[in-house]
Amino acid sequence: MKLSELKPGMQGIIEKVAGEGALRRHLLDMGLTPKTPIYVRKVAPMGDPMELCLRGYELTLRISEADNVHIKDEEAEALFCSGSCAHCHAHRKAGNGGQSAGRRRWGRH
Amino acid sequence: MKITIALIGNQNAGKTTLFNQLTGSRQHVGNFPGVTVEKKSGIIKNFYIHGFQVHAREGQAVLGEEIHTEKLIEIPHGLEVELVDLPGIYSLSPYTPEERVTRDFLIHEKPDAVINILDATNIERNLYLSLQLMEMQIPMVMALNMMDEVRKSGNSIDIERLSKDLHIDIVPIVANKAEGVSELAQRTITEALSKHKPQKIDFCAGPVHKAIHAVVHLIEQQSSSHEIPLRFAATKLVEGDALMEDALSVTPNQKEIIAHIVSEMEVELDTDREAALADMRYEYISQVCSASVIRHGDTKEQIRSVKIDSVLTHKYFAIPIFIGIMSFIFWLTFGIIGSTLSGLFEQFIEFITGIVDSGLSAYGMSPVVHSLIIDGAFAGVGSVLPFMPTILVLFFFLSLLEDSGYMARVAFVMDSLLRKMGLSGKSIVPMLIGFGCSVPAIMATRTLSSRRDKLLTIFITPFMSCSAKLPVYALFTQVFFPRYAPLVMIGLYVGGMVIAILSALLLKSTVFKGKPVPFVMELPAYRLPALKSMALHIWEKARDFLQKAFTVIFVATIGIWFFQNFDTRLNLVADASDSILSIIGSAIAPVFRPLGFTDWRLSTALITGLTAKEAVVSTLAVLFAGEGNLELALSTVLTAPAALSFLVFILLYMPCFAALAVTKREIGTRHAIAAALFQTITAWLAGVLVYFTANLIA
Repeated sequence: MKLSELKPGMQGIIEKVAGEGALRRHLLDMGLTPKTPIYVRKVAPMGDPMELCLRGYELTLRISEADNVHIKDEEAEALFCSGSCAHCHAHRKAGNGGQSAGRRRWGRH
Repeated sequence: MKITIALIGNQNAGKTTLFNQLTGSRQHVGNFPGVTVEKKSGIIKNFYIHGFQVHAREGQAVLGEEIHTEKLIEIPHGLEVELVDLPGIYSLSPYTPEERVTRDFLIHEKPDAVINILDATNIERNLYLSLQLMEMQIPMVMALNMMDEVRKSGNSIDIERLSKDLHIDIVPIVANKAEGVSELAQRTITEALSKHKPQKIDFCAGPVHKAIHAVVHLIEQQSSSHEIPLRFAATKLVEGDALMEDALSVTPNQKEIIAHIVSEMEVELDTDREAALADMRYEYISQVCSASVIRHGDTKEQIRSVKIDSVLTHKYFAIPIFIGIMSFIFWLTFGIIGSTLSGLFEQFIEFITGIVDSGLSAYGMSPVVHSLIIDGAFAGVGSVLPFMPTILVLFFFLSLLEDSGYMARVAFVMDSLLRKMGLSGKSIVPMLIGFGCSVPAIMATRTLSSRRDKLLTIFITPFMSCSAKLPVYALFTQVFFPRYAPLVMIGLYVGGMVIAILSALLLKSTVFKGKPVPFVMELPAYRLPALKSMALHIWEKARDFLQKAFTVIFVATIGIWFFQNFDTRLNLVADASDSILSIIGSAIAPVFRPLGFTDWRLSTALITGLTAKEAVVSTLAVLFAGEGNLELALSTVLTAPAALSFLVFILLYMPCFAALAVTKREIGTRHAIAAALFQTITAWLAGVLVYFTANLIA
């Protein structure tokens, strides 16, 4: 499925970035690489663009650009966001059957 | 001896703040040759007064106790250290002019060292650029900025470990508090003088590693003969960077081999070259970070930002809040602070003028010189100076919006609407700055990635009423619409915006057709802007304004005084209507007949307004000086509808020469002339329309 199909409050894992040229390259440079978890924070008041949270920062993309980003179908899920990326990381850890809850490292998941 | 240090980092990493801390006000702003990317450089100061002392030990950065220390940087005698501020970029790919400029600067200018500034709260993505910079084989020091935010949130970064893993000297800093800044400068200078190059680290593994090394062997000779760092060149070739192929003059035979190497890698990894390399870099960064970065959660600033945004970019509240904030700023600027300060300033100038006037009379100065000083210089410059406080207050608020991170939100919220006009959300930034001054506004269009967006934005930005037009509005509304002054003012500002929207719609569907460009933008955490940067910014504007008042406007007023007081045979005239100026003004005056104003002094003021829009008022002040009260005199030569059409013309016609010069630099002579014509014709048509409508109503 496409990133643009995720509703605000949903998280998914990037499968690949389609398309070519400068835009694709820029998306990759900004950290939208395969296996990266990405959370849809909200869409702008007029329905476009979307605000995303990945790698601990906030990024905005238009729906038409988010169409190029593919999300792993089975791993897209609704997620309550407390407003803190830590929550996402924690959730992801638990989902991956990851490490202990105490001290979480900010690395690859 | 002089050494050059380049300052590089992501956007929003605090580059400008650090630059200001290191160089103070000794900055020089220019352009990179051939492209319109701003190049700012300055000489590093040799002492700083620190508010904080940092103690970073064993990766446990502890908040330093508050001691005021004065730190001296030991700059070897006779050494001048120049700092060059490079554009904020995320990668060294050759896709944007900013990235290309940075690459070329590093390859061709060969700075003695690089300071790579990183936002420590967002270290993963910031390191992506660092990895590419390290491949450039230039002595480098990393500055981890915003360490206070990291510490306060209970997160930590093991500086020593990170430094060991990357083989790079790292200095934790807090740029807006000048914390760690002198140490950073000191270490960078040491690094530059020792010419210690970053160690080559293998961030890659498996197939990518194999591919890069195969290419390394292939191009070893070319890389050294073209003086391009080998490892950087090889990586870029594997990535498929066409510019690098040209730079190295890669032979067709080599291209084939590289293609083969790359396709093998792609098959093995089941992905393409670009994704493979980006992924590899991020993979390596994750590895490094997992050993040295402990992140329990977001920083307080990030959590706060999400909370603030739940209101400021709210589905229903966002746009009303934006309009509210802008109205509040305008009200404060023009209604409260500006007018009070300007009033005081005006009284002061009147006081000085009075003293000089009576002094000259007492001295028995010749009437011609007396008139030159009082009616020329003092009347002209004095009519403009009182607006300085207002303009500075407006700039203060605009830079507050920009530096705090709110402008990015406005772009996010307004993108959808602006796209309907053929623009992108990022165009909102230049347009808002346009309310201050068209010159920085037009320069701000550099952040727009497409030429079409840039052209369109530059065409319509001058319709955002710049602060220099304010004196004109103030004078005319006071004379003609004293009871409705605020209404007319608001009407003019809104009218400008409406014309901008209509123009964009027209231009979009006629000359500037094309597809919308991508909108990929980081939303930085909200932060209080550094006081020092703001102060510097305001000081720069004040200096610009004073410079303008005492050069351009001064010369213009003296010139006007001369043309107004002499005839073509250089005799002093008794009546200004016999003067040279009258002849010029009268020649153009008929053009404005359909707009309702025929007096030659008004058309003359429009011409001198091209030197600077404030000069319209100073010109009128000089031209009507003989008739006593300017307000009274104006009301005898204009009707209220004609005054309105005059104001509309002022609002819309081509911007001043300074703005025109910047426009030319940004989009070329042909487009700059087209823009000026488009704006002036629009102004004329709108003026005619307003005059007729106003006459019908009146």
